[in-house]
This record gives sequence, structure tokens and C-alpha cells, in this order.
Amino acid sequence: MSCNGNSNHEHPPLPEWNSLNYPELPPMPWFGLDIGGSLAKLVYFEPTDNTESEETEVETLKNIRKYLKNNRSYGDTGHRDVHLQMDSVLIGGRKGSLHFIRFPTSEMALFIELAKSKGMATLASTVCATGGGAYKFEKQFFKELHMRLHKFDELESLIRGIEFMEANSPTECYYLENPKSDTAEKICYDFSDPYPFMVVNIGSGVSILKVTAPGEFTRVSGTRCDCNYLADLGGGTFLGLCCLLTGCASFEEALELASQGDSTKVDKLVKDIYGGGYEKFNLDGNLVAASFGQMISTDRRAKVKREDLARATLVTITNNIASIARMCALNEKISRVVFLGNFLRSNMISQKLLSYGMEYWSKGALRALFLEHEGYFGCVGCLLELITQREDYILQENLKNNLLNGAATVNGTTPPPPTEVSGTPNPPEMRNGSS
Amino acid sequence: MGDTKQDEVSNSQEDIFDNDSSRDFSAVKSINLVAAAPMQTLQEQMGGRPKSAQSDHEIDASKDCENLFRNLNNAKRFAIDIGGSLTKIAYYSTVSHRRIKSASRGSPGPGPTFSNANDFEYEMWEGARLHFIKFETTFIEECLDFIQKNLAPNIEGKDSGASGKFIKATGGGSYKYSSLIQEKLGLSVEKEDEISCLIKGANFLLKNVPDEAFVFDRKESPQYKFLSAGPVVFPYLLVNIGSGVSILKVVSEDKYERIGGTATGGGTFWGLGSLLTGGTVKEFDELLKMAEKGDHRHVDMLVRDIYAGDYAKLGLPGDVIASSFGKAASHSPSDFNKNDVIRSLLFTIANDIGQIACLYAMQHQLKRVYFGGYFLRNHPLSMHAVSYAIKYWSRGSVEALFLRHEGYLGAIGAFLKGTEELDTDKYSWQENFAGSSSGHLPVTDSFTDMESENIQENESKFSGEKEPGKLLLRKRSIDFRQINFEQLEIDRMERPFGFFPLLDVNQKYYPDTVDLTTDGIAREYWLNCFEGWVERITTLAMESQPDSPTSTDRALRCRRKLNARLKYLKTNPCAYGLLTVRSLLDTFEQSLREYDFPDPYWKQKRTENAAALLELPKRLAYLDKLDWKSRQSDLIWGVLAGNVFDWGAKEVRNLLEGPDQFGFNEAMAKLQQRPWLVDALDDWIQRLKDPDMVHKCAAIFVDNSGFDFIVGILPLVREFLARGTKVILCTNSTPAVNDMTYGEMVSLLREASKHHKWLETGLRDGFLKLAATGQGSPCLDLSRVSQDLINMVTQMGTDLVIIEGMGRAIHTNLYAKMKSEVIKLAVIKNKWLAQRLGGEVFSVIFSYER
Repeated sequence: MSCNGNSNHEHPPLPEWNSLNYPELPPMPWFGLDIGGSLAKLVYFEPTDNTESEETEVETLKNIRKYLKNNRSYGDTGHRDVHLQMDSVLIGGRKGSLHFIRFPTSEMALFIELAKSKGMATLASTVCATGGGAYKFEKQFFKELHMRLHKFDELESLIRGIEFMEANSPTECYYLENPKSDTAEKICYDFSDPYPFMVVNIGSGVSILKVTAPGEFTRVSGTRCDCNYLADLGGGTFLGLCCLLTGCASFEEALELASQGDSTKVDKLVKDIYGGGYEKFNLDGNLVAASFGQMISTDRRAKVKREDLARATLVTITNNIASIARMCALNEKISRVVFLGNFLRSNMISQKLLSYGMEYWSKGALRALFLEHEGYFGCVGCLLELITQREDYILQENLKNNLLNGAATVNGTTPPPPTEVSGTPNPPEMRNGSS
Repeated sequence: MGDTKQDEVSNSQEDIFDNDSSRDFSAVKSINLVAAAPMQTLQEQMGGRPKSAQSDHEIDASKDCENLFRNLNNAKRFAIDIGGSLTKIAYYSTVSHRRIKSASRGSPGPGPTFSNANDFEYEMWEGARLHFIKFETTFIEECLDFIQKNLAPNIEGKDSGASGKFIKATGGGSYKYSSLIQEKLGLSVEKEDEISCLIKGANFLLKNVPDEAFVFDRKESPQYKFLSAGPVVFPYLLVNIGSGVSILKVVSEDKYERIGGTATGGGTFWGLGSLLTGGTVKEFDELLKMAEKGDHRHVDMLVRDIYAGDYAKLGLPGDVIASSFGKAASHSPSDFNKNDVIRSLLFTIANDIGQIACLYAMQHQLKRVYFGGYFLRNHPLSMHAVSYAIKYWSRGSVEALFLRHEGYLGAIGAFLKGTEELDTDKYSWQENFAGSSSGHLPVTDSFTDMESENIQENESKFSGEKEPGKLLLRKRSIDFRQINFEQLEIDRMERPFGFFPLLDVNQKYYPDTVDLTTDGIAREYWLNCFEGWVERITTLAMESQPDSPTSTDRALRCRRKLNARLKYLKTNPCAYGLLTVRSLLDTFEQSLREYDFPDPYWKQKRTENAAALLELPKRLAYLDKLDWKSRQSDLIWGVLAGNVFDWGAKEVRNLLEGPDQFGFNEAMAKLQQRPWLVDALDDWIQRLKDPDMVHKCAAIFVDNSGFDFIVGILPLVREFLARGTKVILCTNSTPAVNDMTYGEMVSLLREASKHHKWLETGLRDGFLKLAATGQGSPCLDLSRVSQDLINMVTQMGTDLVIIEGMGRAIHTNLYAKMKSEVIKLAVIKNKWLAQRLGGEVFSVIFSYER
């Protein structure tokens, strides 16, 4: 299942850690990183239960903490989503706050430079990372920051992040009531017994997962499982098309344009063709028959506004994702569909369309759910992985020490030789035997 | 979602129409003027009548157009499918063919001499034919005018009760042009729902055109793989890509359901394409041409862009698109090449449609998914994109299928809707290769130069025929624009067809042994071989009608047509669907019929029949003297010797026309000595020895008339009848080379039974039955045999099938599996084929399977 396979053996062993009080935990700072096709997402854990020994923490660490905490934007393009910040979170026995930061993947060089200027290179730390960029930028991270990217499977980290956030943030999950009307309302959804559910992650592209139990998931969309991208019409398509059509420069600008536009000036509706509904097939007159269908007319093209084009692009992409998600849910016989990903960030238009589309076409059988932390689940999963990695590493180190000290076999059998650190958890009996 | 070609009629198109309408009247004249040209050239080339004065242009033009809107004056029923860019007109017409009235062969006794070999009668035979003409909607008024001119008097003159006064119309333009049609043709327009027309059309084609469906793979050679239609057509998924996309599940002839769709369709491609090119490109086809030249990888974000070099290590396909248009984000439009952008758009939409179609197919567990509609129009790049998407999303479990005559679905369906009284359902229909233009399936190595313009252009000049015809030129404000006509003709068969009941239903039946679209060596050989035959057969055709003043003219036209066709097939082997020796032979037969040469071999056949009838008593007497086992063996030798007499084979023609006498015994001597190339004779004789297992009934598909049938087959028939095995003699319905036809067989046996008691008894008591296969080909397609034959074979408990001759047992059916015992026997009279099969000319195939 894991796409990152066993790439660990290529990396040197983890460096020694310096936190004696918490030998099972990795050294600070704790980050989780998800480098997608368009956006890089970073979660930073700020400990608030600082112990004495940490009071004497290295200056660099302090600086980094201050810099991240005291700013809302970093450089021109980095942003911290303050409204998503989570306080009093327990991770690895530590209490602290989670800060969510994003910046365009295309600005990675700047980010690295900034991190370098803050002295990251002196910390020789390890970061769990996911997304294609974890591969693409691996060498640069090591060269410039002496930072090792421990790569973690994209979908596994996503699911892990969702489960963690859901458990720690009671208002994480919501749905929209009356999605068609102006009075559409966010209603909190009790996600405490969610299984099975489907995850539709809309980033640059779209990936769709079926989650059947904690940590158990399969990729959906036919029988393909060799790729994380299960639909190529995603947020990247929206922004790309919007840039080409309207000359806009950013996702925010594209959304802003869309919010002021009217897609019916661009799309051809069923009623544009039939004067009303297509009764033979029970199709409502207001349904879109052909996205951008009006734009084959020179006159209409002359009259159309940028805002209308942006809106139509948004509607087209969103409706498509809704169709595909709906079909996948039907094929998998799942009624709860969780949409997430940065495409949905402050994107009420799409959330409404997805809600309405799922409900309308399934005659109420399907429900679209959303999560507050839209696109940050992957990096949160990575942060958690960093902690687990460490725990596993300790366990194995202990086991190795036991063996070296001539300790007896576990459960009457010789335990297998310790493997290098990997994402695979150890069998439970081995944990027992070594404790 | 509510797609339909309806919306093809864009406002921009409307503008063009409106501006144009003022010029339309004068345009009609220029059509005629220009159209006259190729006709004259043709006449000059043929040394025909001197070209007439300018004033005759009108006549020449209409004559030429008549070739296009053929049989228009007999047209009984019209339907029209008007799309935004293309219009399809359908009509039903009767075609009269002469054919030789064989039953009237009343000359007393066998043995007419050469001097009176011409004393036969023709009878007129009226068949039914469906005509479909496709042209650009821009020229609809001209075409309607033409129809009006040629048709209106007939309608008025005739009793209009049966022919009706309405025209069925579908397509978006049916609303717009409704009053124009009414005004021009005086027919009231009845609009039909587009989707139901499409489905009716698809059902009709899938049932009646065996190689209608194909798979497209641009990495394969050839890129088109035609699928043989099985007896089961339903259920299937039809994905109609119009402006939007409708996905329809068709479960039976008249039961279907729209199970879904998507709004990203042809309209999206066109609309977004116009926007992305800044309005500089307005035409759909122009956008497609741009897409052919572009490279989407400059615009789309691929897996490799996200993972850099590591994707391969991870087992990810680097070229997979992760995010369509992903690279365009935060860039200015001017950073991109327009062609790249349009190609990306095409892939985005095709990919999306493919994915959604695939999800529906899997949800409904349907394996057959046909794609059609305006967006595809069998355009290779679009077909590639859709096929790729389906393959990708379904991991090969669903196959994207396309239809050769996809563009005609709506017109066919609309036509069928108004024709209940024509009983179209009760008949079988067959594509007429002679009258149809190619299925417009270009074959190219790259996606550029798709339309093979040059080839077609040259060919038109060369042949004077329309292939696909680019006849009519019309002057537009600046440039010349050609009307591109394409046509499809479908003949009604005299009898309904069905699958031969003894075919093993568990095996897929492919009639043809070699697919010439895939086998390049065989294709080259056979196309050359047929090219060599064109002159010979057309000369013979001409000579078969010495008294006709037009026979030379017709023969030369037929010759040109066939040469042009063969030349076209050399570069476009997939142009007419499956290319096989059978389809080539059928094309020849249909073309000869089309040029009013119903039976060029009539004279030879008759002469040889007379000679063979004289030989028959001697042969029977000889066989009677043999012991049982030798006789069984000799009977087979006799059939094989008879099978040598095949005028279709060059090696044999040389012998038959040579200076030395060549008779039955000489033929016997030519045969390969045993063991034959395939030799199951001992098994067969062993089988016959079993006294408890006498065959109930043998169905024999016979080959040539003359020695083959009379001296070869008839003694075998006598032997079967004597053993108590009934016999069905199965022959062609219409002539093909010197093959026996049903009509000839009936009169021949009536004649022969006067001298052969066993024949008379057998026919009288119903032990010997005569059947027409419904075909007119030297080959045999067992998936399309006449219902009469099917009934007879079933009723008589047929447990043995004998298929004789190269065409029926080697070019076709060599690998056909039967539920019953089957013998396939033939003499290979073609050196190349013999060597290919590992033997020499006159090698023998005798296979026996039980």
C-alpha cells in the first residue's frame, strides 16, 4: 500500500538526540511537512509545558519558535492560518499548540533560504514529510539545512492526520444545511463513529480513499492503486484554467473573482437547449448541460466578464469532482463522503456545490462532510509519524541492547534481527518482550 | 448532461448562416458549374461522347449529383439529422437491378452450344436500399433544393398515401430548419428525440453491420481493430458526447435508460477552446487540429513534475497527469503555446469523460461501452484520449468501442422511426461497399496530416468517383470551400439473416481466416492480386453483354471504381471496416452488380454446366464399379477435382483458356497426391464405416457450378441419399464469379432429374433439399445466413456440415468450430496461398472434425 516503500535504507541512521528527559521523543523542533504539487503545508508543534531543561534550550530553537509564533506571514507568500491554530494538544506526552503554515511549492527555494537564515541547519534534525515534494526537494533539504526528510506515505499520513484532528477537535467535522440557499449553515457533524467513510482529497489533483476502520484504508476509483492521483481535474486545474482565462495570479484572487461571477453566462443549461427541463430524462432546466457551452458564440464571448469565467471554471471543476466522488461512493456503497484539501480553503462556493451535488443526484442518500483544517491533515500525519518513528526507534534500540547484553530470547524464540527504522510497526509481542 | 447535438447550433454558426443566406441562391448555380467538371473529365478519359456545350452543364451536373444522391427519384421516405456542423439525410429507395432469369432456362435438354449461349432473359429485380448522405450543414439549402428539384414532381405525381407526407427530423437544427424543410420539400417535419434516434441507429448498425464496432489503439498497427459482432448485442453502454455527455444503458431493442452524464463535453471543449485561443479560433475542427500539434506536458502537472526523478523508483508512471492545467497556475496566458493548451484541454475533457463512463460501466457491470457523438466524430486523437482514459481507469476491464458509422446513428434512427410499414426489423441489411464511402477512418503514423487530403484529392481526380467525394465547390467571400460529401448505402437483403445454428456458440465466430488490416504481407499480396484481376473481370463483364451499347462505358467505370478503391485501401486498409479477402471479393461482386453486370460468368457457367452434365453419367457409372471403400475415397477425389474448376483463380484460368484440353480427368491429375496438406480422409472413411451412425442430414455448402457441382458434388449427394442421409445443398442467392447460385441449381437439377431417377426421387420425397444462403459471395459468413436455411438445417436435424472451396473453407471458416461434424475441403489454386500454408499450388485441404 505504501508508496514510499523501503527507501529508508538509503539514508544514514538517525542522529543522536539531545533530549535526555524524553529519550523516546525526537529532538525539537517538531514539524510535519506535506509538499504538494502546488502548496506546501507545514505544521509546527510549539510545546507549552516547557520543562527546566528546555528552558536552557538552544538559542536557535527559541528563535525559530518566536519567529513562527510572532508572525502571520513569512516572506511574500508564506502564511500562518491563525484561525486554525490548536492549543493544548497532547502529542507524544507533550502538551502544546499546533500552528498551521502554508506556502506555494514553487517558493520552496525561498523557504529553505529562510529556514537556513534562522539557523535550522545547525539543528541537524529530521522531519517527516510527505507529498511528491518530499522526493523532489529531499536533496536540497539535506544540502542546505542538514535536514533529513523522512518520507511517509501520502495517504497514510492523511488518514492519520484526519483521525488525530477529529479526536482532538470536537468541531472539526461539519456539513452544510440548505446548501443551495443563501442561508446555508455549517452544522457540526458527530464524527465519533465514522466508519466506513470516503475521503476525497482535493489538492492539485484529486485522490479518493475508502476508510473502513482506524488506519485501514484503500484507494478508490476503479481498481487503480498505483497512483495517488485519482482524478486530474482538481484545484490545480481550477487555478491553471483561471489564470489562463482571467489572468489572475493566485488562488485567492481566482476565488474572489468567482464569488462575483455568474456561471450561467458561460455554461449552457438544459433550459437553454430545451426551453425548460428535458422531461424525457427528468432533467431540470437549470442543470448545466454543457460547461462553457455558451462560449462558442462570438457575441457571448464578447460580453462575458472575467468574474463569470472564474465562476464557471470553479463550478465546472467542482461539479466534476462531485460526480466522480458520487460514483465512487455508490460503487463502494459508502454514504459519508469527507471532502478536504486546500481547494476547499475559504471556498464556500465549492462546498455548497459539493453538498448540493451529492445530495441531489443521490436523492439524499449521500452526505458531503467537510473538515475545518482543509488541507493540513497530511502534514499533521507526518508530525505524528515523527513521534512514532522515534518510539519505534527506541524500542528497537532497546531490543538491540538487550540482545547485545545476552538477554534471553523473547517468548521462547529468537527475535528477528532489528531492522532499520521503518514505517512498519513492530509486532506487539516484541514490544512486550523488550519492555 | 442534457447534451444532444441540439446545442451544436451555436450562435456563432447562426451568424454565419444568416450572413450567408443572401448568397445562397447564386451559390446553387456555381455548384452546378463546378460540379460539371469532373464529369467531363471522366468522359474524356473514357473517350466517351464529346463534351457538350456550356448549356448542358446543368444536365451534367445533375447527372453527377445523381451519382451522389443516388436513386433519389425512387425515394420513398426521408429523414434528416441536422447538427450544428454536419447534416445527414436519409432516404429509402428501391433499386432495380437486372438479373438473369435462370428459371426460364427452358432450352430443351442439356448442351446448349456457344452460339445460343446468349439466349437468356433478364428479369428486373427490385431491391430496397437505405441511403445516407452526410454534408456540412452550411450547404443544407443547396442540398434541399437539389432534392426538391429531383423529387418533388414524383411526390406530387404519385399516390402520396403510402409514401407519406412527412419527414422525420432530429438534431439541434431540426428546430431551426423546420420551416425551410417544409417549404422546400413540402413535407411536414416530425421531430424525433435525439437520444432515442441514436439508440435506434446504434442497434440497427450493431445488428446489421458485422464489423461496425472497433477498438482504437494508436500504438498498434493497424490502429483500428474491428470486432466481430456476436449474436448478442445487448446490454451495452452508449456514451454520447455532444455538447454535454449522456450515458445511456441500452438493455434491449427499445428499452434504455439515461443513467448519467456530465456537463464537460464537446461544448466545453469548443467553448473553452475558443476562450483559450482568445477568440481567434472559432471552429471546432480547427481546435482539434491545434490539439494534434500541441504537447500537453507543457501545461499539465505530471507525476514526474511533483516527484522529480523519483517516480520511477516508486513505481509511479511519470507521464500520468496529476493535475490538468496544473502548470498554468500563477502564470500568464502568454507563457504558453496555444496548441499545447488546447491539447491539454482535449485530454482533460476526454480523460474526464473516460473516467465517468468507466465508473458507470463498472457500476452497471457492462463491458461493452460504445462512444459516439459530435465530440468524437471518430477523430483519432479524441478516440485515443478516451480509450486511454478508459484503459487507465478500468485497468483494462472495460474497453472503449467506437462505431464506424457513428455519424449516421441519428439519421438512421430518425429514419427507422417513420418506417414501421417498411418492416425494417424483419429484414436483414447489408452495407453496400460499392456505394458507400469509407467509414472515414484515417490511418496515419502521426496525428498530423490526419485527413490524408492529398490522397483523396488525387484519387478523386484519378477516378472521377467520390471516394469520399469532393465534388462541389462553392465560392465563398474569400476562399473556396469544398463540400465534403460522404455516403452510406445499406441494402435490404431478400431474406432475414441469422447465425448458422450449428456454429459452436461457446466459441467466438470470426468468419475470416486472415485479417488483412493486421497482416501486412497478406494485404500487399491480395491487394496486388485483386488489382491484377480488375481488368480481367471488367473485360469479361463487358463481353458478357455484347449487345448493350453502354456495356463498354459501364465496364470502364466499374474498372476505374475498383482500381480507385484498391489504391485507396493500400494506404487506408481500415477505411471500410475489416479488410479481408472476403470483403474484397464482396466489393468486386457488389460493384459489378452496381454497374449492371449481374452475372459476367453466366456464359462460362452455362457452357461448363452443359459439358459437365454430359460427363455425369460416365462418372456415376465409374463410381458404381468401385468397391465401397474405394468409392468413398474416389467421391472425395471427385469433389476435389471438381473444385479445381474455379474461374476466380488465375492458375486455373490459364489452364482453362490454354491450348490444351482441360477436363475433369486433367483436373484430377493436377491434384496433390496424398498425404494432403491437411488429410483426414482415413478418419472420414472410418467414420462412414459405422453402420449404426448414419448421418441424419448433411448440409453441403457448394462452390463452383459446372464440373465442381455436377461431377464433383452430385455423386457425393447420391451416395449420401443411398445411405439414408438427407442432404441440403446450400448455394449463393446471387451470383459471385462462377459459383453456383440457387436459381441455377434449381433449374439445373430440374433438368438433370429428367435423366437421373435418384435425383428426381430425392427432390420429390424431400430427402434432397435446396437452400439459398442469402449471400452473393465466393466466401461464406456463417453469422449471416438466410433464415430459410437456418430453419431447414434445424428441422432436418443436420448433423454434418460440408464446406467446399477456397473461399468458403479457407479464406473463411477455416477455424470455425461447429457443434456438429464438419468437413472442410478445398483445392488451393493460388500459389502464394499454397506456399503460405506450406504446400504447392493444387494442394488439398481435407479436414474433418467431429
